[in-house]
Amino acid sequence: MPPVTIRGKALIAGVYEHPGRELPDRTLPQIHAEVAAGALADAGLTLADVDAYYSAGDAPGFGALSMAEYLGLDLTYIDDTETGGSAYLVHVQHAAAAIAAGHVNVALITLAGKPRTGGAGPGGSARFSSAPEASFENQFGMSVPGGYALAAARHMHEFGTTSEQLAEVKVAASTHAQHNPHAFLRDVVTVDEVVSSPMISDPLHRLDCCVITDGGGALVLVGEAVAASLDRHCVPVLGTGTAIKHTSGGRIDLTHTGATRSGPLAFAEAGVTPADIDYVSIYDSFTITVLMTLEDLGFCEKGHGGRFVSDGALQSPGGALPFNTDGGGLCNNHPANRGGMTKVVEAVRQLRGEAQAAVQVPDCELALAHGTGGSLATRMGSATLVMGRST
Amino acid sequence: MSELGQFGLPVPPPTVNLETQRFWDATAEGRLVLPRCDDSGDVVWYPRERCDGPGSTSVTWFEASGRGTVYSCTVTRRIPGSWRKAAPFVLAYVELEEGPRVLTNIVGCDPETVHIGQAVQAVFDPTPDGPALLRFAPA
Repeated sequence: MPPVTIRGKALIAGVYEHPGRELPDRTLPQIHAEVAAGALADAGLTLADVDAYYSAGDAPGFGALSMAEYLGLDLTYIDDTETGGSAYLVHVQHAAAAIAAGHVNVALITLAGKPRTGGAGPGGSARFSSAPEASFENQFGMSVPGGYALAAARHMHEFGTTSEQLAEVKVAASTHAQHNPHAFLRDVVTVDEVVSSPMISDPLHRLDCCVITDGGGALVLVGEAVAASLDRHCVPVLGTGTAIKHTSGGRIDLTHTGATRSGPLAFAEAGVTPADIDYVSIYDSFTITVLMTLEDLGFCEKGHGGRFVSDGALQSPGGALPFNTDGGGLCNNHPANRGGMTKVVEAVRQLRGEAQAAVQVPDCELALAHGTGGSLATRMGSATLVMGRST
Repeated sequence: MSELGQFGLPVPPPTVNLETQRFWDATAEGRLVLPRCDDSGDVVWYPRERCDGPGSTSVTWFEASGRGTVYSCTVTRRIPGSWRKAAPFVLAYVELEEGPRVLTNIVGCDPETVHIGQAVQAVFDPTPDGPALLRFAPA
């Protein structure tokens, strides 16, 4: 019996990215509500149409349960899967499967956070401090940049990757961000500016790191029948893949991500190869995140990521593989310290032909979005989506 | 957590539980004891009373050499919170002679000199509560 596939059975009908980057006057639930309303309006639907709701660790209190009450949702399906910044892509996979199975008509996924003006980040520090690994990591000055720096340092050691090559990722993102009126950082930067910015944790400089912004985003997924009733370009989900990579009892491999498994799963389900992809949204918490992900998804040979991203390969529309045309987490927006949501949103914009004109990929037929959650290559959730302009 | 230890780094007390009691008790005596899977023979990190491989989940504890090499390292120069005053400091993964790669700090040397492949030896940095943190110094 052939495997059951969700290919083309669920469509993204609505997307929304909160335009705010500093939101001191709103509560976290208010931002969830704003982005939910935005994505539903984009689809031509309302909160009353939603029967499935998905949220992750950024949702306060009881998570999806608390938010369902706040939003006034009438639900028969709920999913609180937490894999950090990649969670929203995992939610798309789960929603697509639930829609294909006939359990769900309209799925809503929301993200919101205030790391810039609201103090504590998402996730719940109490939950982290009780983790079994906590006393073997937290006691040593581990930080988010530090963890990613350890992966970058090892990648440089094994493959000869350079800081200048990592900087090319930021340069491409900044080149795109200049066209996005909502981007947190809109100035185009050079390789020299990246490598001369202050060192945070060797080899990562300040400009190798993403921005810290308030905000959020939301997605609405529907089945084929609902899509046909909507007056909106709905983007079919063609392939999905999730993979969890952890420290495997201490057998840590810092130079590979879960994308080595989530990517092939998504490509196989979609029936396409990396060479077929017109546009990619790659989670860019740091420049090294992009470089390793591109290798692991098969856009270049392992270890050749540095060479691959040089000479403007990631710049739209002229580069070999246009990426993160909104400016990504490196320049545009990184709401709740979780970049997966905005990756899906920009991929949908590209497939609809609604990206900023200067960075719209001509005839964009196939797009890939990839999320990375947790800490790069150690304890992480990787999720890959392939989406099409049409089935 | 305001006090710095003998190597100029914070020495936050760990959370000791039923599974990690043996490990932390040994650190207080300056010894590194680790669990080894009774089935695969793999040494398990972080310490716990189970192996995450297939087959047997039982482990036997043994005293490890404390020898290792640097698998990856970074000099953290900017960090918020209680570690700010310790910067610059070296965060590293050390590959133990017995196999696992453990997150740690390299101490007792100029941070700028630490490099991948460097031979290191365990040192035990006491916390106020008794258990000591497993750190490494150049061998």
